[in-house]
Amino acid sequence: MIAELGLAALWLAAALAALQLVAGILAQRDSGASLAMLARPAAIMQGLLAAFAFLMLLVVFAQTDLSVKLVAMNSHSEKPLIFKLAGAFGNHEGSMLLWITIMALSGALIAALERRLPEKTMLATMAAQAFVGLGFYAFLLFSSNPFERLPQPAPEGMGLNPLLQDIGLVFHPPTLYVGYVGLSVAFSFAVGALLTRQVTPDFARAMRPWVLGAWIFLTLGITAGSYWAYYELGWGGWWFWDPVENASLMPWLAATALLHSASVLAARDALRAWTIMLGVIAFSMSMVGTFLVRSGILTSVHAFAVDPERGTFILVLLTIYIGGALLLFGLRAGTVSEGERFSVASREAALVFNNVMLSAILGVVLLGTLYPLVTEAFNVRVSVGPPYFNPVGALFVFPMILVMMVGPLLRWRRDTISRLAKPLALVAAAMAVGLLLIAVLSPVGILPLLGLVLSLGLAIASLMPLRGRKLRLLPIATWGMIMAHFGIAVALFGMASESAFSQEKLAAVKVGESASVGPWTVVLADVVPTAGPNWTALEGRLLVSYKGGTAKEIDPQSRNFWAPPQETTESALVTRWNGQLYAVVGREAGPGRWQLRLWWKPFVPFIWYGGVLVALGGVLALIGRVAADLKRRNVKSRSALRRTEKAA
Amino acid sequence: MKRWTLWVPLALFALFCAFAGWQLSRPKDEFVESTMIGKALPEFDLRAATADRPALATRDFLDGKPRLLNVFASWCVPCAAEAPQLEALRRRGVDIVAVAIRDRPDDVAAFLARYGNPYSRIGADDLSEVQLEIGSSGVPETFVIDGKGIIRYQHIGDIRPGDVSMLLTKLEDVR
Repeated sequence: MIAELGLAALWLAAALAALQLVAGILAQRDSGASLAMLARPAAIMQGLLAAFAFLMLLVVFAQTDLSVKLVAMNSHSEKPLIFKLAGAFGNHEGSMLLWITIMALSGALIAALERRLPEKTMLATMAAQAFVGLGFYAFLLFSSNPFERLPQPAPEGMGLNPLLQDIGLVFHPPTLYVGYVGLSVAFSFAVGALLTRQVTPDFARAMRPWVLGAWIFLTLGITAGSYWAYYELGWGGWWFWDPVENASLMPWLAATALLHSASVLAARDALRAWTIMLGVIAFSMSMVGTFLVRSGILTSVHAFAVDPERGTFILVLLTIYIGGALLLFGLRAGTVSEGERFSVASREAALVFNNVMLSAILGVVLLGTLYPLVTEAFNVRVSVGPPYFNPVGALFVFPMILVMMVGPLLRWRRDTISRLAKPLALVAAAMAVGLLLIAVLSPVGILPLLGLVLSLGLAIASLMPLRGRKLRLLPIATWGMIMAHFGIAVALFGMASESAFSQEKLAAVKVGESASVGPWTVVLADVVPTAGPNWTALEGRLLVSYKGGTAKEIDPQSRNFWAPPQETTESALVTRWNGQLYAVVGREAGPGRWQLRLWWKPFVPFIWYGGVLVALGGVLALIGRVAADLKRRNVKSRSALRRTEKAA
Repeated sequence: MKRWTLWVPLALFALFCAFAGWQLSRPKDEFVESTMIGKALPEFDLRAATADRPALATRDFLDGKPRLLNVFASWCVPCAAEAPQLEALRRRGVDIVAVAIRDRPDDVAAFLARYGNPYSRIGADDLSEVQLEIGSSGVPETFVIDGKGIIRYQHIGDIRPGDVSMLLTKLEDVR
């Protein structure tokens, strides 16, 4: 009954999306103006119904209703409740329902809140949102119904992949999805603006908070995903250039570029066509990423839903939506003038440079991800990994970071570099000292060296906009920018340090023996069997001490899950301010000897601290923008009130 | 910006779609095929998995009649999903024998009572030994065995309704 309720809600939501689409289109003509009043309520109701359907899916998973096929295939009665709930979206059908739910909810939010745009642009935007939504409803209802029943209830569920039975999974996919799908709003805004030829600063201001919101979630999702892969997979790495990771990075890069170009459009009425383009590209990257992962044309550790039939369905959707939007762009963007001009030394120029670099990095990642697909056409199987991504990406990341140091200090429209001589000299001097110190103290590779030096420079430069300003009067959004840029410096420092200074030790030790890595001494005190709700494990009791200090016990495990049967390694970590000790216990290596894998990774947590700082910067910027908008709205309505009073 | 540059993204995207579409249309052989195809069944002699069906041994395949060998388990959900297709094959006159993997007699009996019993013989493979020897890596899998006990075809995963006629043709081919 609950599953049927969910399914009915989905069908109703799809019908409302169709209504929203038709109303949005017909209301563009004066003859259909009476339909305009339908669009907003339809969008809001559609959001509520989709959310209700998702709630019903959570309920059948919570109850472990084994007559529902999806539950039987992906859950197990003995799983802890939190993982039962997470199992609802740890599979293809459930995650598509989550996708459509977020999409419908963000459509409902713009319908409920957005009042700045001309009504016709807003109607076109809502129609676009409904049009994209309809495709995904069709996909869900016709080829991936999450509420499908089995002819006979299964005696027991098949369980959830143990790697996914982790608290990280409970939050990581929804966070990332809010980011991916939130970008659909930017896509719809771009299409709506193109259709009604309203590419204005107001459009950029209206779109910006939505992009910012999606971007915050995307940033958090990627950061969390990276940390999850780091501690759960037990491989000691934090980024593997896996197609799925790239699929999350590409929309982030496009959204980051979009945020910056939208700022230019909002402040200076320039970069109109470019901003529209990025609005289309950002969500397109979300969809392309989903397609690459779900269709099985790229092999990935994340590929949980490989099915060519579904792949074809998504490809058709991609062709309609992305192809349609790009066609519209080709037809209309020529009639959108480029807007205001600016000089080479100006805030705009720095932002344009940043945009070009971000787009280039996006191109590098996209090419690297698709390259195996292209060579396979000629029957050559290749895999593209860090040796390509790291140096080629760095080629564009490093110049971008240099300009990031200068950009926020420049004035809009026209400025001179000589005005900034003093602060820039300070940053350059700090970088030179850093370069010398590192080169003298320890030899490291060229990329990590540049990374360390640039992170130092950026950390200092990102604080420069505070110079000579009254801190209390600084807009919240500016604080956000400073924090986000500083966060990038922090993350870059973590990445460069991890790559430059990590030490690894693989040892086979008996109980009572010790091994050392970097400044750490690790004693294998004992190996004991232990059990959890749906697994058994061998747990290593390790006594670890930093530079001979007091010993601390950590317990890495090698776990065996039984439904489905699979082995996982649970790493154990000790975090200090200056880095992390990472320990994994492996199999028995000969009688009485146990494999121990140890890493000392100086400053590695800075990667994730940086990610969180960047996201917090986004939050501050969002608060600042929304507060400014509300103030402007109040002023406007007050002045409108005054005018009516005067007239009276 | 030149007018034609506005069409570059669409052109690139069209190229991507063409590639992706072409890739999708190619059949992908991502399954691990048994290297045993074309070879004779290994020697085995399994005990009966349930009380009401006889046991299974290699000699049962040597009577000149082609048949299906189904590898299943009562704890496997796709095995329940393919039960109607096995039943359809049985009704078309196909002899189906089975190996039950890591199972208990009570569980097998309950499974067959619930989903139907299309098998003429069921052997119990408690340690997956026979399964591994015939080159099967999971449940369910279905093998076409000819009348001389030679493995002719391996179907990995559950039998979908569309596979029934395909399996009938395979059986006809080895007759």
